[in-house]
Order: sequence, then structure tokens, then C-alpha cells
Amino acid sequence: MCRPEWRSARVQAQRLSDLARLRRVRDRIDREYDQPLNVEALARGVNMSAGHLSRQFRAAYGESPYAYLMTRRIERAAALLRRGDLSVTEVCFAVGCASLGTFTTRFTELVGMPPGAFRRLAAEAAEDAETARDPAGGAAGPAADAGAALRVAGMPACVAKQVTRPVRNREAPAGERPLA
Amino acid sequence: MDLTIHTTVLPHDDPDASLAFYRDVLGFEVRSDVGQGTMRWITVGPPGQPDTSLLLAPPAADPGVTEDERRTITEMMAKGTYGWILLATRDLDATFEKVQTGDTEVVQEPTEQPYGIRDCAFRDPAGNLVRIQELR
Repeated sequence: MCRPEWRSARVQAQRLSDLARLRRVRDRIDREYDQPLNVEALARGVNMSAGHLSRQFRAAYGESPYAYLMTRRIERAAALLRRGDLSVTEVCFAVGCASLGTFTTRFTELVGMPPGAFRRLAAEAAEDAETARDPAGGAAGPAADAGAALRVAGMPACVAKQVTRPVRNREAPAGERPLA
Repeated sequence: MDLTIHTTVLPHDDPDASLAFYRDVLGFEVRSDVGQGTMRWITVGPPGQPDTSLLLAPPAADPGVTEDERRTITEMMAKGTYGWILLATRDLDATFEKVQTGDTEVVQEPTEQPYGIRDCAFRDPAGNLVRIQELR
């Protein structure tokens, strides 16, 4: 006969091992987001069914593995578009998206504007920054706002990474409410 | 005031596995190792830098931590959202090559980030994120 505390210890150990498997899936998305990944391949990698993985992943991290993968891709795409030397199509394929339509739709949902407009604004913001450094130049142009939104000065880089990570569906509030 | 940052702490759930990672994979020296079983406190640090240490400690060892809190902490460690540390090196590529041989879990290959740095990331055996940044 199994004692109840042994049983609960075994259940908890199983839960921790399941969570560690989900962590490996999430790390694999972070590592291989630019590969043609899909949920079936991710699930096979940890011996789960796709449906089970999606449900468990969402329960643990608050979004499905597909949504997390796309967020990761769009985050990287925004970084590449800011550089200005790649076209939207090149960036779309560089981050592992096979469909320009899906890429554009998801980018617009997450960032709030289509990738082409984002690329133009980033370029204008970079130009304005150049002008601002030139003492003969005028005040910063209208694109300065976009530029400011894209830069996080004076913050450890890995924190800036989290801060600038796109917010899914822009549904999270912009700031934390202060504690009462 | 003359303060230094002397020791920072990361949790472990398998002291031998964490010790092997920080000593054998990252090349840290072991400065002290006390306790037994899962209740071990292991101080490691980079050779030649005796003023900076990393303490590998059992999580939630404070008796004031409730059972629910303890469960939350161990679950967050397992899913990889609890502890993290930022290390730095002059030669990121050589470090990455060395660390990735073996069975260390790679989270991010060396990548140029839009905010002006280049870094990579690994998981330690306890699920902590170990981010390594290039000094330049």
C-alpha cells in the first residue's frame, strides 16, 4: 500500500519533469526560431502529442507554443528591420516565416503597424538622430517618437530585450499599477 | 563607502550537477562546499577574481517559506523562469564553442542584438538562464 505523502511526492516529481520538458521546448523555440519549426516537430522532440504540448505549454507560459514562436520571430524581425539593410521579404524569410502574408499580419498585430511602415519609421528615426547630433540641424522630426519607442537607453541589454519584446495583441497594460 | 558586489546566489536542485556545470564546463574554481544531500552551499567563482563569487544554494531553504511558495519556486525553476545571471567574456565565440560541447542546453547562439551588444545564452542544470555577453 502506497502512503499518501509518497504518492503526492511522486505526482509533484512528475509535474516538475513535465515542466522541464516544456522549458526545453521553449528554449528550442528561442534557439531555432529561424528554422521551419512547427508544433508537431516541437512535440515530437519531447515525445508529446501536438495537442497535449499546446495545452500544457499554454497552461505553463500563458500562450501556445505557436504564439510564442511567432512572437519570437516578430521580435527578431523588428530588430533586423531596424538595421535598415534588409527588405521586408528578406527579413520575413530570415526569421523562419514561410508566408509573407502570415508574417505581415502577425507583425501588424504585435507591433501596431505593418513591417514596411515600421522599417520606414526606423530609418527616419535614425536620420533624425543623425540630424540631432549635427548642431546645425533642426529639432527632431515626427519620427523621433518611433525612434524613442525603439530605443531603451541606460538599461542592461537583456532587460531591454524583455522590455522591447512585442506584447501579444498589445493586451498587456503599458505600466504596472503601483502597489496600494 | 567602499562596497563591492561580493557574492550572488543561484538556486540548485541537484548540487552535483550544478557543481559539474560551473566547475567543469564554465571553468570556475570551487571556494567552499558545505552541507550535505540537497542542502549544500557551494561557492564558486572565476579563477583570478577572488573578490567575486557565485553561491549555489538550495532554493527556499529559509524556514519562513511556506509549502505553497516552495512549490511555486521549484516549478518556476523547472519551467526556467526563476533564476538568471549575466556573465561576460572578451571572446564570446570561443566561450560558446567550449560550453556547447557536452550536453549543455543552448538557449541562444551568439547573436548581435539591436541594443548594441552581442550575447549568447545557456541553461544550467537547475533551469537557471546563464546569459553571456561579449566585452568590447
